[in-house]
Amino acid sequence: MKYTEEHEWLREEGGVMLVGITAHAAEQLGDVVFVELPEAGMEVAQNEEIVVIESVKAASDILAPVDGEIVEVNEALSDNPGAVNEDPEGEAWFFKMKVSDPSQMDEFMDEAAYKTFIG
Amino acid sequence: MAELMRLALHDLHVELGARMAAFAGYEMPMQYAGVMAEHVHCRTRAGLFDVSHMGQVRLRGSSWEAVASAFETLVPQDVIGLVDGRQRYGFFVNAQGGIEDDLMFAREGDALIVVVNAACKGADLERMRRLSGIEVDALEDRALLALQGPEAGDVLAGLDERAQAMRFMDLGDLSIAGVACWASRSGYTGEDGFEISVPVAEAESVARALLGHEAVAPIGLGARDSLRLEAGLCLFGQDIDPETTPAEAQLLWAVQKVRRSGGARAHPLAGVLTAEPRQLRVGLRPEGRAPMRQGVALYDEEGRSVGRVTSGGFGPTVEGPVAMGYVARDAAEAGTRLLGEVRGKRLPVTVEPLPFVPANFKR
Repeated sequence: MKYTEEHEWLREEGGVMLVGITAHAAEQLGDVVFVELPEAGMEVAQNEEIVVIESVKAASDILAPVDGEIVEVNEALSDNPGAVNEDPEGEAWFFKMKVSDPSQMDEFMDEAAYKTFIG
Repeated sequence: MAELMRLALHDLHVELGARMAAFAGYEMPMQYAGVMAEHVHCRTRAGLFDVSHMGQVRLRGSSWEAVASAFETLVPQDVIGLVDGRQRYGFFVNAQGGIEDDLMFAREGDALIVVVNAACKGADLERMRRLSGIEVDALEDRALLALQGPEAGDVLAGLDERAQAMRFMDLGDLSIAGVACWASRSGYTGEDGFEISVPVAEAESVARALLGHEAVAPIGLGARDSLRLEAGLCLFGQDIDPETTPAEAQLLWAVQKVRRSGGARAHPLAGVLTAEPRQLRVGLRPEGRAPMRQGVALYDEEGRSVGRVTSGGFGPTVEGPVAMGYVARDAAEAGTRLLGEVRGKRLPVTVEPLPFVPANFKR
């Protein structure tokens, strides 16, 4: 699993990358009440705002971690946004994407580095 | 956080695991266990809030009539007629009939006790100090705790049986953990509950005594906001402000008949305050799951701009987004279908009567 400074995680599965937010990020957000996902098929650029998460108090943007194409989104989060708090690094993946330039992931952290990063 | 003031109970909040943040110049507890859990706890058991940031003020004159008449020059409420041991909701108004702050005022013998919003404390004190012949005492040595929820009455009656006989908007003395407190049976959640004024030096003992009851959990400002929103209660600075009149805000019920036009005690601005409004504060229920928050522009189905959201978020008890805002009179009827613009998309939202959750006051 790889981690970004924006508190997102990426995990390779069957040739695509699953992307979600870390347990730390979910805990900081508080209770998630709404998730707005991008459309499958969308081309995205690194750092483009592509997911909106609403907690009880405020909206937050999740950025595309790398350039690529969204191939699938996690529809289950529409009916159960609370899954983001229950299982942020498992069940509550946001989308799967094809990465166009894997070298963009070189600067991402591994688990140990992320743990240090969040203190 | 530079220059923020600390509540007397700051250390207790930190000990309880509060996430602190700035509000109205104070470092305040936003949440402990989590906003949703705290919200639900308050509606099902009893929640304890530290609202000591608010301003508690005592006014006295040569008699009750003197202080009450003086206060009536600042508010369009019936103050003179307030019975000893009773409290009312009111607001300061400006020369255009707009609301400068909302407040609670109560009669304790010949004294008038007023509780104002933290953000307006300074301006409100100045306003009250300009009253001639009236002694204004900013009670800075007192903390304010709110205990709200269906079990609040039982919790307090167990500590002082005098709580049992108190009805909604009564004010009385209660002894909690050996500490003499004043309490009103009122609150900002729509639930039965009490607002308890305690000397600062004893605030921790009283808070711990209340938290020691297994029904009581600490509640932060996050849940305080979702609770009052579901209850349809205004937040000054969002739902009411110096540009909204009581008629627009649907608060005319708080302007008692004796202060309206035509009588000897009519407020000088009674005409303006009660004038037929062109916009009205209404409840709004977004159809989907996306919250519609403060600032969201509202349109009718023909695309005409009809208003704006002034408060909005997620209601854990109704399990969906809820909001309040102002809309043109002709779009204000319950059931009117409107559109709210969220992130560039116009999404359906329906006008709904307030409150979203029925009140549980002990009348």
